[in-house]
Amino acid sequence: MRSELHYDAVVIGAGTAGLVAGARLAEGGARVCVLAKGIGSTHLAPATIDVLGYAPDRVVSPSGVLPEFIAAHPGHPYAALGVDAIAEAARWLQSRVESGPLAGYRYLGDLDRNYLLPTAVGALRPSAIVPETMAAGDSADLERACVVGTRMLRDFHPALCASNLSRLGVPARSVEADIELERADQNALGLARHFDDPGWRAAFAGRLALKLQADERVGLPAVLGVRDPHGAWSDLEHRLGRQVFEIPTLPPSVPGMRLYEILRAALRAAGGRLVLGAEVISSERDGSRLSSVATHSAGHETRYAAPWFVLASGGFNSGAIELDSHWVTHERVLGLSLRGLPAEGEPRFLGDYLAEQPMSQVGVAVDGELRAEGAENVLVAGAALPGAVPWREGCGEGIALASGSHAAQLVLARSGAPAGAAA
Amino acid sequence: MSTGAGTTPIDDLLRGSIDHCVKCTICESQCPVSNVTPLFPGPKYAGPQAERYRVADEPSVEWSVDYCSGCGICSQSCPQGVKIAEVNAQARNKLKKQKGYPLRDRIITRPTWLGRAGGGPMAPLANLTIDFKPFRIIGEKLLKVHRDAPAPEFARHRFSSWFKKHPSPPTGKKIVYFHNCGTEYYEPWEGQKVVQILEHNGFEVVVPKQDCCGLPLQSSGLFDDARKVVLKLARALVPYVRDDPDTLIVGNATSCTLMLKREAREILSLEHDPDLKLVSERTYDLCELLLELHDRGELKTDFQPVNEHIFYHAPCQQQGHFIGKPALDLFALIPGLEVTEGNARCCGIAGTYGLKVEKYDIAQKVGADLFGQIRGSGAAEVACDSETCRWQITHATGHKSVHPIDYLHRAYGL
Repeated sequence: MRSELHYDAVVIGAGTAGLVAGARLAEGGARVCVLAKGIGSTHLAPATIDVLGYAPDRVVSPSGVLPEFIAAHPGHPYAALGVDAIAEAARWLQSRVESGPLAGYRYLGDLDRNYLLPTAVGALRPSAIVPETMAAGDSADLERACVVGTRMLRDFHPALCASNLSRLGVPARSVEADIELERADQNALGLARHFDDPGWRAAFAGRLALKLQADERVGLPAVLGVRDPHGAWSDLEHRLGRQVFEIPTLPPSVPGMRLYEILRAALRAAGGRLVLGAEVISSERDGSRLSSVATHSAGHETRYAAPWFVLASGGFNSGAIELDSHWVTHERVLGLSLRGLPAEGEPRFLGDYLAEQPMSQVGVAVDGELRAEGAENVLVAGAALPGAVPWREGCGEGIALASGSHAAQLVLARSGAPAGAAA
Repeated sequence: MSTGAGTTPIDDLLRGSIDHCVKCTICESQCPVSNVTPLFPGPKYAGPQAERYRVADEPSVEWSVDYCSGCGICSQSCPQGVKIAEVNAQARNKLKKQKGYPLRDRIITRPTWLGRAGGGPMAPLANLTIDFKPFRIIGEKLLKVHRDAPAPEFARHRFSSWFKKHPSPPTGKKIVYFHNCGTEYYEPWEGQKVVQILEHNGFEVVVPKQDCCGLPLQSSGLFDDARKVVLKLARALVPYVRDDPDTLIVGNATSCTLMLKREAREILSLEHDPDLKLVSERTYDLCELLLELHDRGELKTDFQPVNEHIFYHAPCQQQGHFIGKPALDLFALIPGLEVTEGNARCCGIAGTYGLKVEKYDIAQKVGADLFGQIRGSGAAEVACDSETCRWQITHATGHKSVHPIDYLHRAYGL
């Protein structure tokens, strides 16, 4: 027997782009299955939606700069998506956060103005749509900050963060909080679970309050609850009598786990499936169309057939695009053509690590609708797209969110799935 | 690569996968054990990191891997495809070989022996003994099995005895039923329901004489014994599928079917045994098979309403099939059935892990998240694909727990 399942759409990848595409397809009435090799980018990133941070100067208003940016970068994913679609996707995300499983938790902001939020090393990072728990870190009105750390979280150094913030003109000092934890809890997730506990939180706030000075806002590593972040954050603000903000940590990212849970819940609530551990190992074509992909289901292969596919497998970082030891670059999931490769004989890398590296814009070759070249029923979303340099432009999550949304809406429009029909 | 534990191509493939670890910590955030106890420092530490220091024929350098429960969640969530749980299982085998196996690990890993000793006519007496606290305290002292560990009651009849009296009517559409030890000795009624559902869908059910799959031995690090046991099972099953490409093997015990499908081949280095390979390719988890039948339009859907609210927990081993949660898709076909999907990772028991006196408390802590979700859900019953997980859930919450197919059985009115 050939093991096969049929869907209206199959999404490959469970990072932000894949989960957004899957959830919106399911909400639009499509029978959708999301296949993923493992958990994706959500658990590694700060979970803010950075739409456009640098172009190349720091961007104050993404919506103001985007038209000019798009005109100057016709090969950028934003050129195919457009400002309205990015804004619409951001509003969709905000509404799903609000109606999601984390009671009271919200994402604030819009495309008209970037927040400028402290990073763990005390740099300032422009971001458009941010968890409510981070918004008070905005340097626009941050007059004095107290960065709180604990030696129980060894990758977060409050003194380093505070001294760099001060150098950037945000007066900040640091304190160490008295926390004693078992070794098992000495990481961001372990701490976040304690912050979910009102009793533990109250005791923590009581001890911390003694160390604070008047008029200081409190910056804490982003560990204020994984199940009840709104409760934890608002309770701390209340108990400390001042504004409190989270500062993203090194992975694993607790705000990223919250975002994953929100998007996963949206997918499941709309009837979509999620299959983890399901690396795509082969695919079948029918001319210029992809007809199915296969995964290992332990002993045998299972084929997933659909009229539409969304490739949201990531780029070099996830391993979906690789430069092999023979210096050949591949798209490993479906064997699609790539765009943005340096020409034969041209340098692939420059000596300066932080320079605009020639390889950095490589992605799956797509048309103006972000369909893969040579595979007309494959929509590409997220970091697999070419033409962007997210780590310089500060636009990775914006691309993931808007291109995942776009893929879902294009599939729904073309396949005529009944809007709002039960999946 | 031939350093370290690797002796076969599959070992090298597993061990080679550690080079793909980018230290992203996703596995550490998912590990149910390291999240509750300092005794296990986490899959990344015990796996890809410590593995670099494990050299063949040299003493083990890292002892915490004995506290890994083998749930496999690390491998499932790794975005780079590192076979963390499998590498750790092999490291545990090496460690146990060096440390020696406690008598307990040689006894509780043999469900067939236990079932034969305590099941059937002996059941009333055996069950009295199991429920008798002084006996459990003695058992804890002598055998290191925790006095409060969930212990199922032996059934008074075996599944295979029932089946002998209720042979499947011939339809020409054969399917081989791998019923596992839990069904045979403890929950024969689950097997009866499986047979009735398969027959209702036109199958002629074949039940070969069969024994344990070896998973308890494997998870306790007794690899040599586990290999003997699983190969004996493969030899028993393979004649039924060898000559007929359309015949499949199906099982309701999701961890035992996973052992046949993948774990024995990968973890026990039996990738190339031809009998096991064929059995592995033809074996299906029950819900996986039923969902595929539905996709092909071959599953009967004459379901009557089941007006209940239930909680569904997909066990770690079920997730290790990499098939998503087909039970939820099947539940969606049943009118009236309201399902709360849990998102806790693990119930803690991990087969025999949570029975062991030094691990019982860890297992209860691991399960606390799930138990809280169950209690808070308002659901009357819990559906779960693995029998040891069901026993743990009932032990901890008092909620009745059944295999997902129970609800299909009810909806079919069988």
